[in-house]
Amino acid sequence: MKKWSLLTLVGADQQAIVAAVTRVLAEADCELGETSMMRMGGSFAMMLRVRHENQDLATLLKEVCGQLSLHLHIDDDVDTASSAMEPDVNITVYGADRSGIVAEVTGILATAGLNIIDLETAMAGTADKPIYIMTIEGQALQGVDALTEAAKMISDGVELNIIPIQTLRA
Amino acid sequence: MAVLEIIHYPDQRLKQESEPVTVFDQALKDFLSELEETRLSGPGAVGIAAPQVGVAKRIAIVDVSKLKKPVDNHGYLLMINPEITHWEGMEKGREGCLSVPDFTGNVIRAEKIKIRFQNSEQQWTEFETTGYEARAIQHEIDHLDGMLFLDRLVSRRTDLFERKVYKK
Repeated sequence: MKKWSLLTLVGADQQAIVAAVTRVLAEADCELGETSMMRMGGSFAMMLRVRHENQDLATLLKEVCGQLSLHLHIDDDVDTASSAMEPDVNITVYGADRSGIVAEVTGILATAGLNIIDLETAMAGTADKPIYIMTIEGQALQGVDALTEAAKMISDGVELNIIPIQTLRA
Repeated sequence: MAVLEIIHYPDQRLKQESEPVTVFDQALKDFLSELEETRLSGPGAVGIAAPQVGVAKRIAIVDVSKLKKPVDNHGYLLMINPEITHWEGMEKGREGCLSVPDFTGNVIRAEKIKIRFQNSEQQWTEFETTGYEARAIQHEIDHLDGMLFLDRLVSRRTDLFERKVYKK
């Protein structure tokens, strides 16, 4: 009986981390499901859903994690239910950088029914005038108008665009 | 009439270029009826192309006139030998496909197109269309050229400036 685990690996970024880690998994017949891997600051962060025959993944990955100085975290028996959640709203946020933008925006939108499926943020601008940028894909559980109305409560200086997604099925 | 079987990628017939229709006979009309019946049997499908049922002919159907959130449209479009003769603008949108179950992704399409095609009586029509209908037509014509929306996926990080802006 195969089972799913969610692996999180983080370490200082260097070339060919993905190839090294996934090679070990492939040779042990571990199958990859959804994954998300990206450089964040000077680190490289990987999250991988893996399906396997109840293997000891910590032991399996010990050597490669040692070589690449990766921290490994394993969550077993991750929910196997269909994870294909459809976003119906796309939100972009930007403004002069300050602490608390994500907390404020997501807090206000959560009360108006936003369920976040995917969120990314980035820092940009110059050192003396940094800006903060966030993109969100989610579900507007109370409708897009509720989000638009709630967004009026967000502080001045934070620009917000809320765009409904009408998925084409063809 | 029958609902035809939708073929799914990695069936390589979806990656082939389709042939123009040259014979306009009763068999063609029968096929068009079956193709439409097949589209209607798909959950909320606004379009279908002949290659999706394994027929390598330049035939597609688009109908975006019955959406819950209405969009500009030209009604039911049965397109034989369709050609896009003009493209304008770019827009990101989310697409799914009967031939690629369980996945939707972001694709950039022209915002406005000019399209010409024949009906089942061989008569040509030409018009301009925009937005969602233009997107659906581009998706279907891609099928006739052996292209899937998977060939045009853009990173979810890719963002274009949109027209609709809500400010506080």
